[in-house]
Amino acid sequence: MILLTVGTQLPFDRFVAIVDRIAPQLPERIFAQVGHAHYRPANMDWRPFIGPIEFETLIRTCSLIISHAGIGTVVMAQRHRKPLILFPRRAALDEHRNDHQLATGRALAGRTGIGVAFDEAELLRLVMLPHTPIESVKALPERERLCSAIGRIVAEEQRKRLGA
Amino acid sequence: MLLRPALASFEPIFATTDAELAKRDGINRFHLLPDANRDQPWHSVHCLLASIWLVLRVRPAVLVTTGALPGLFCLIAARLTGTRTIWIDSIANSDQPSLSGRYARPFATDWFTQWPHLATTGHQYAGALL
Repeated sequence: MILLTVGTQLPFDRFVAIVDRIAPQLPERIFAQVGHAHYRPANMDWRPFIGPIEFETLIRTCSLIISHAGIGTVVMAQRHRKPLILFPRRAALDEHRNDHQLATGRALAGRTGIGVAFDEAELLRLVMLPHTPIESVKALPERERLCSAIGRIVAEEQRKRLGA
Repeated sequence: MLLRPALASFEPIFATTDAELAKRDGINRFHLLPDANRDQPWHSVHCLLASIWLVLRVRPAVLVTTGALPGLFCLIAARLTGTRTIWIDSIANSDQPSLSGRYARPFATDWFTQWPHLATTGHQYAGALL
């Protein structure tokens, strides 16, 4: 199963319609979480919202995630080491308040297991390619570095309090 | 959640806007805050009051948040009551600091960006969660 998700905050009809259009060409069925959408998909199973626990089960069982460029999905794909294709929202099309998803897409493009598409043709091309799982969470030294920095601050504050 | 290893040896108290998120990650004790964003003024007032009340009840030694609006409210309330505050700006903002992050700056003891190219005085880079 391919999992499509647009997050919970805002609709993303352009994206849902594109995936619905290419769905019949894909080798696997798609399950779509479409949010507050006006567009009603014809070629895939869909629900507006899915609770976090059920959503994690879907992530675990899917073979590929196609998503708006939301950090929540990136974190979950990483946790379960799933291949991920991001399709950023655009402020000019009223899909978000600003273009931070374009920036996220540009920033994450090129990482192992993450593809980024900005239009329908690119999305279809990426979905058809063989997929590589996202890199392992253990291979993230930058995360450990930030965690250590935060840990040091908290420890320092605790020492100060114990000393006082 | 990605920060949990950093806090494991302390006694972290969690606050979230979604109880099911806490349960999914195996956290049984947590505080619930009403969610809000800048498009919902009345939700925001409710969230602000709940955040102040939470900080006054818990009186944390350190407050750590990644935002957005509920986290910002807690951070301001904590700083004004003398608590050390850590803001970790969302990695979603790679062009400039987030709006809530900019509001958080004067109230954050430590302010972290997750993008090396956004690091300046007052916006330190020490790694990223992704």
